Amino acid sequence: MAAIEILDLEKTYMVGFWRKRPKLALRPLRLKVEEGEVFGFLGPNGAGKTTTLKLLMGLVSPTSGTARILGLELGDPRVSSQIGFLPEQPYFYDHLTAQELLTYYAQLSGIPDRDRSSRVALMLKRMGVEGSADVQLRKFSKGMLQRVGLAQAILHNPKVVFLDEPMSGLDPMGRREVRELIQELRSEGKTVFFSTHILSDAEALCDRVAVIHQGELRGVGTVANLTSRSKGTVEIIFCAPKVPSALNAISSETRASGEMVNAVISQEQQETVLDILRRERIRLISLTQVRTSLEEFYVEQLRPKGTGAGVGA
Amino acid sequence: MNSRIAFVAFNTFREAVRDRVLYNLIAFALLISAGAILVGEISIDVERLVVVNLGLTAVSLFGVVIAIFIGIGLVSKEIEKKTLYTVLSRPVRRWEFVVGKFFGLTGTLIVNTFFMAIGVFLALLYVAHRLQPSDLSVLTALYFIVLELLIVVALALFFSSFSTPLMSAVFTFALFVIGSLAEDLRGFARIISGFTGIVASGMAYLVPNFSAFNIINQAAHGDAVPGRMILYNTLYALLYSAMAISGAVLIFQRRNLK
Repeated sequence: MAAIEILDLEKTYMVGFWRKRPKLALRPLRLKVEEGEVFGFLGPNGAGKTTTLKLLMGLVSPTSGTARILGLELGDPRVSSQIGFLPEQPYFYDHLTAQELLTYYAQLSGIPDRDRSSRVALMLKRMGVEGSADVQLRKFSKGMLQRVGLAQAILHNPKVVFLDEPMSGLDPMGRREVRELIQELRSEGKTVFFSTHILSDAEALCDRVAVIHQGELRGVGTVANLTSRSKGTVEIIFCAPKVPSALNAISSETRASGEMVNAVISQEQQETVLDILRRERIRLISLTQVRTSLEEFYVEQLRPKGTGAGVGA
Repeated sequence: MNSRIAFVAFNTFREAVRDRVLYNLIAFALLISAGAILVGEISIDVERLVVVNLGLTAVSLFGVVIAIFIGIGLVSKEIEKKTLYTVLSRPVRRWEFVVGKFFGLTGTLIVNTFFMAIGVFLALLYVAHRLQPSDLSVLTALYFIVLELLIVVALALFFSSFSTPLMSAVFTFALFVIGSLAEDLRGFARIISGFTGIVASGMAYLVPNFSAFNIINQAAHGDAVPGRMILYNTLYALLYSAMAISGAVLIFQRRNLK
């Protein structure tokens, strides 16, 4: 069973003073996320990522289409007890302490009385905020608030966790902690659906990613799949004190550092370059096909249609 | 009560208390003490009348201002700050959230009125030196003020379910002023005939009749309030606020939380 199944979900807002002017936020989106997957939802600001998450959380109603979470239709009351959600740049009731906030959410999530305090204490410890449990949230830094946000999202042990830009605004240490948490959730068998525009995070964490732009899905697949297209060039690294003169005529991208030379050549010239190396008795270290990076793929998808190649869903 | 409603209500009450909403009591205490001392100095035989009038009017005004002030922030603040997102993504229905907020605020206003009532009775004791059986009508007037506040909070909640905080405040306050003149409006409607009369009657009966809750003068004179009036006013306040809350729920249920 798919953890998340989005079936032609579409959202158009009516804007303007008389609410007559339609503004498309999400074109019909079809997407499936399997159980236990870490799925990255990539796109620039305003692409439709948050709208998709709000539709899945029931915070906005779809213009058409539907979605299923763990096989249950959106709006089914049984869904909400099995999902956790962290909104983008969350702001919590700042009159509460971290402990009070988590206790409140535990109450609303239906965690029984007898388990409530132990569960809250466990989450505070797991997120490293147990030392500030009795401090009002208005005194918390952004990084600490994000930790509390993550704690409330997984407090009730949900099967599917939705995170909207969980690394946004965090320092490198904070980002690393969130990455570690997502990896922990994966090892616990949870499904994680997170939106981001930080590609290195998606590349490091995700089993699969989808790229969305201007409300339209531009590509979906594993990171390896999306970046598997060869660029028709190879990178060659060999041991030599300087770039052989014969190679200089072939490659414009050569770089010598210490005893190593790194050169990028076209695939057609591969044999010629290998011959040069053999002739000059130069030791070859590696020969790798240059592939599209996730960043290049992403940038390619964001170009207006017709101005570059794109990979459909 | 549904436990989720109770949790939302308690959190709302706690928020109001920690956001120092009840600090208005200090201003009220100062006003009523100064008023009582002043009245004690200058009035002859009408101390009780003046203190009750002044005290109850202040209780009503302070209550209405606070009801509007915190009532309009109910939904808009939660949407604006996105605190609502993490609540509604849990097994909490939207109607439970709205009703919980309403009860939380009603609780805050009752506690607020209770402390102000103590202030009124202390001032009364100061000027009259003892309480009389006729002072029971002051209690009834305070009860009517609570009923009035119940409607004001429900209206603030209704308007804030679809409007901006500023517009909600304007609408609620305007309706409070019009509602305070509801008896005059009804009298005016009775003397107009034809279509205009029908429209005027409709409007006069649609706006909340706050004038029915104002028995400050009767209380000041120590006049007894008929039991039937207490019953009718209670039913009216409960029904009117239930209608306003139902409207708020209906609108909020369909609202996109952008």
